Amino acid sequence: MNAPEAEIQQTISDPRLQLAIYTATGRVMDLRAKVVSDEALPDYQALREEANAIKKHTIENLDHYLEQLESNVVAHGGNVIYCRTGQEAADFVLDLAKKRGVHMLVKSKSMTSEEIHFNERLEEHQLEAVETDFGEYILQLAHQRPYHIVAPALHLTRFDVADIFTKELGIEREEVIENQTKIARGVLRRKFLEAGMGVSGANFLVADSGAVVIVENEGNARLSTSAPKIHIAIAGIEKVIPRAQDLAVFLNLLGRSATGQPLTVYTSFLSGPRRGAEIDGPDEFYLLLLDNGRTKLLADPDKRQSLYCIRCGACLNHCPVYRKIGGHNYPWVYSGPIGAIITPQFHGITGDAWLPFASSLCGACAEVCPVKIDIPKVLLKLRAEVVEVQRREDSGGWERFAFQLFAWIATHPRIYLSLATLGSIFFPLVPHLGPLKKWASQRSVPEPAKQSFHQWWASRKPTS
Amino acid sequence: MTAREQILGDIRKALKGTAGQPALIEAASRSSSQQLPASLEQLPAPTLRIPRSDRNLYADLFGQKFENLGGKCFRVRNTSAVVPAIAELLTQKSAVASNSPFLRKCGITGLPQVHAGFTERDDLKEACASVDIGITSADYALAATGTLVMLSSPDEARLVSLLPPSHIAIFPRSHLLANLDELLSILPRPADQTSSMVLITGPSRTADIEQRLVRGVHGPGQIFAVIVDEE
Repeated sequence: MNAPEAEIQQTISDPRLQLAIYTATGRVMDLRAKVVSDEALPDYQALREEANAIKKHTIENLDHYLEQLESNVVAHGGNVIYCRTGQEAADFVLDLAKKRGVHMLVKSKSMTSEEIHFNERLEEHQLEAVETDFGEYILQLAHQRPYHIVAPALHLTRFDVADIFTKELGIEREEVIENQTKIARGVLRRKFLEAGMGVSGANFLVADSGAVVIVENEGNARLSTSAPKIHIAIAGIEKVIPRAQDLAVFLNLLGRSATGQPLTVYTSFLSGPRRGAEIDGPDEFYLLLLDNGRTKLLADPDKRQSLYCIRCGACLNHCPVYRKIGGHNYPWVYSGPIGAIITPQFHGITGDAWLPFASSLCGACAEVCPVKIDIPKVLLKLRAEVVEVQRREDSGGWERFAFQLFAWIATHPRIYLSLATLGSIFFPLVPHLGPLKKWASQRSVPEPAKQSFHQWWASRKPTS
Repeated sequence: MTAREQILGDIRKALKGTAGQPALIEAASRSSSQQLPASLEQLPAPTLRIPRSDRNLYADLFGQKFENLGGKCFRVRNTSAVVPAIAELLTQKSAVASNSPFLRKCGITGLPQVHAGFTERDDLKEACASVDIGITSADYALAATGTLVMLSSPDEARLVSLLPPSHIAIFPRSHLLANLDELLSILPRPADQTSSMVLITGPSRTADIEQRLVRGVHGPGQIFAVIVDEE
């Protein structure tokens, strides 16, 4: 598919949206810069190196760590379910809900569940799934997908929220953000207390502990995982890390890179259902390990690093393309530079062939990535693959023809010379012609030399 | 083929020969996971960065960080000074206290407005959903980030620090650690101790709309710490 040019144009020419994207991402850029500075975190670069080494090692031994994780989850009384597809994950949850007589579940923010259209799949079968993150709750009411990995409702103003609440909740118009938050808290509080199940994502899966680690600021993940009697965590298989002590590296990077917080407000380290005489917490715990295409990213040693991502969103915030075109013009739930490298790998290179090209290769993403994913390198590799496929399909025929024609001209001096003379006469017209007009409107086009090298050479008089 | 077999099989096939992985580990031949493949030994030991500073400074540092986040920190000399220190917070308010023995020692559980001694989940849930304040101890506190560390146990339920709009954590000064890294050096595998360890760093907050910071969106919007110098 080609880039959605009309939609992109619309985003770019919407000054309110442009301001929203620029302010939100710019603010987080500043916050991040402060907390990873030399004074604030002298070991920042060392931490990145360590994070990269741990991720590389884990992904290269993924089978081992998944099995270790699995046996430790089971040892703590939890259950592990491997799911090849989103459908398998949804089917498991539907089946369990049916067995336990659950009609409503609460959900905390999870990109993995967005990826598999989890809520929609459940709702087809009359199982209500309520998003409880404030931003996600608003988006669910408005039937929109997240605009940003970390700040899902980055594109909405208080007035948009007022519209959505009035329309969907049937309440009086409320434009004050604090009050909007109170409204959501009230509605969702009842859901937390009534829900038969809580579904969360996972930021990390800890192999040596059989644990799920979730970071958040609102408390909705804590509520989703501790109020209902059943906790289900859905996570991609790449989320595993070997040891609890590795969290010293990852937690020191994640919050700082995502929102400029040394630690997010809540970090939950959960392993299995409640134990012994613990008063609250879930009676049942299920970990759904999702493939959904991830194993396809493993074979290539360069592209494999796409799976190191810890979803901090820093590459989005720093990307000149994301900051212009926003989140919804990317074809999948993962936007920005990380979306540009994982989407074509998940969906097939020809599906969204434009994505690897939607980059100036400025490298800002790689510079801020806490786990040091070399995004530009992967982009280039994917570009090469796109070109290769197009060459095979011969849709690049025109380009090839042009180069063959040039090769023929360049190897026939007389024709080359006469065309070059013609060229220097007509070249000044170039900036006024068809598609080049737009290109030249932003650039100064160099003027051709008064005399070509060949003319100069011919006119040169011998000096001796 | 089960989903498990297929996913693990696909991983092994994809990694074979490209990941320094002798890909070796066919499920059948893997009788004991004690026998680690050579590639696993390449993982260096975790690096924990624990600053060597004067432990006496931790309480001040914690207080400063905790208040920067929007909390309020009290320091009292001994357990008998706790109730007077927070009397004002409790005026005209209702509260639930956890079963922590330290709270009993501080005289919290005897206060008229404090409900305590819950052992049943539904009773606890209902109480926590209706009171103004949840009172707990804290298993550890991290000075570098102003963080409270709560391990779930029969003494400390999860919901007390979560459902009420305010949370007060009362703990002895000896529970203070330097930072997250020190916590992980003391608890290398938290799952051995508890099914739930939660780090609390500031009041519940959101900035989802127009980056406007709003406190108390789902968890407590007000948090208080009381550090007791002598146990």
